[in-house]
Amino acid sequence: MGLEWMAWTPQTGIFFASIAGLLVVFTLWEIARPGGHPRIGILGLLTTRGDRLFMSLLAGAFIHLGWLAFATGPLWIASIIALGLAVIIFLVV
Amino acid sequence: MTKTYNNKAWFLVLPVLFLVAMNAVIPLMTVVNYSLQETFGDNLFFWAGTANYEAVLSSERFHTALLRQFIFTFTILAIEIPLGVAIALAMPKSGPWASVCLVLMALPLLIPWNVVGAMWNIFSLPDIGLLGWSLNSLAGAISSLLNLPPDQALTFNYTNQIGSAWFVVILMDVWHWTSLVVLLAYAGLRSIDDAYYRAAKIDGASRWAVFRYIQLPKMRQVLIIAVLLRFIDSFIVYTEPFVLTGGGPGNATTFLSIDLVKSALGEFNLGYAAAMSVIYFLISLFVCWLFYTLMTQSDAKREYEQ
Repeated sequence: MGLEWMAWTPQTGIFFASIAGLLVVFTLWEIARPGGHPRIGILGLLTTRGDRLFMSLLAGAFIHLGWLAFATGPLWIASIIALGLAVIIFLVV
Repeated sequence: MTKTYNNKAWFLVLPVLFLVAMNAVIPLMTVVNYSLQETFGDNLFFWAGTANYEAVLSSERFHTALLRQFIFTFTILAIEIPLGVAIALAMPKSGPWASVCLVLMALPLLIPWNVVGAMWNIFSLPDIGLLGWSLNSLAGAISSLLNLPPDQALTFNYTNQIGSAWFVVILMDVWHWTSLVVLLAYAGLRSIDDAYYRAAKIDGASRWAVFRYIQLPKMRQVLIIAVLLRFIDSFIVYTEPFVLTGGGPGNATTFLSIDLVKSALGEFNLGYAAAMSVIYFLISLFVCWLFYTLMTQSDAKREYEQ
């Protein structure tokens, strides 16, 4: 079965490989430190490591969409903002 | 007693994971791939970068479809959840009538979606449908009572009036799906132990207090499921409004999914439609996460603090 119908491009390949990589890293992290490190952060939400990853990824997606909708300028600025927000989420949320 | 820590049973989930990968993850990845490219068919793709996303996000048509979608979803949630709980409270607790009620409630859920659309389409036709004809007669009677001139007389015609079309679409969804909320709420109510009611009786609790402090908290879990199911189902609703109004009159009931199919299959604008799908997916993912988090937080925190 060929994969031509999926219309892969190098860019999307790298994107999905990084998502898969993140999942692997977080699985290994969970094996090393079981329990998911739950805590109540500044939003008053009880989150585990996985929740924080999910929030970072979803927020990142909306930051990129917001950038395309409202801002002018290269998209990597949005990526940097998303990465910064992810760091903040992992530190305090 | 020490328990052996063994999570190997999770491997039994693997077949389901495989199925989900085949019918959800891989198609979703394909859609993401499509959304960044332009195609004219024949499996030939041209890199388009974020052009499709920019086109969707700046499209007036997308904005209005999204707004209509949210209005529709929150209207039916605001009607179906309270109505469903109220019906569940009013249903008999046991005996043959309980079974009769349950079967009657389950009936609308058994009807295929396109049949529901076709049924309501004919039922609401202004001249020959029972609902449409009745509403028209009622509107005519009110008009003559108010002495309205003929050109301002009230009429009901969902094929060319925006308000009438919305009325029928929402009524149809309420008819079709309130039962689901009823059945879930009823199951939740039945699982409440009788001891709670006896205690309430001894304390002389009012009917409202029993509902507010016993029944509602005990129904929490099932109501979470009901809200999530109804949100997602109404957010992706396609068949029923498509068969009923076809998105019309004009674009008045063109919800996101109808607009999406128009772009993808009607206009064969696959890149644009794929970008729209990704945005659509992200919105529903976000709202589901929000609902779920808000509704499960207090339980999770209680468990965490122990």
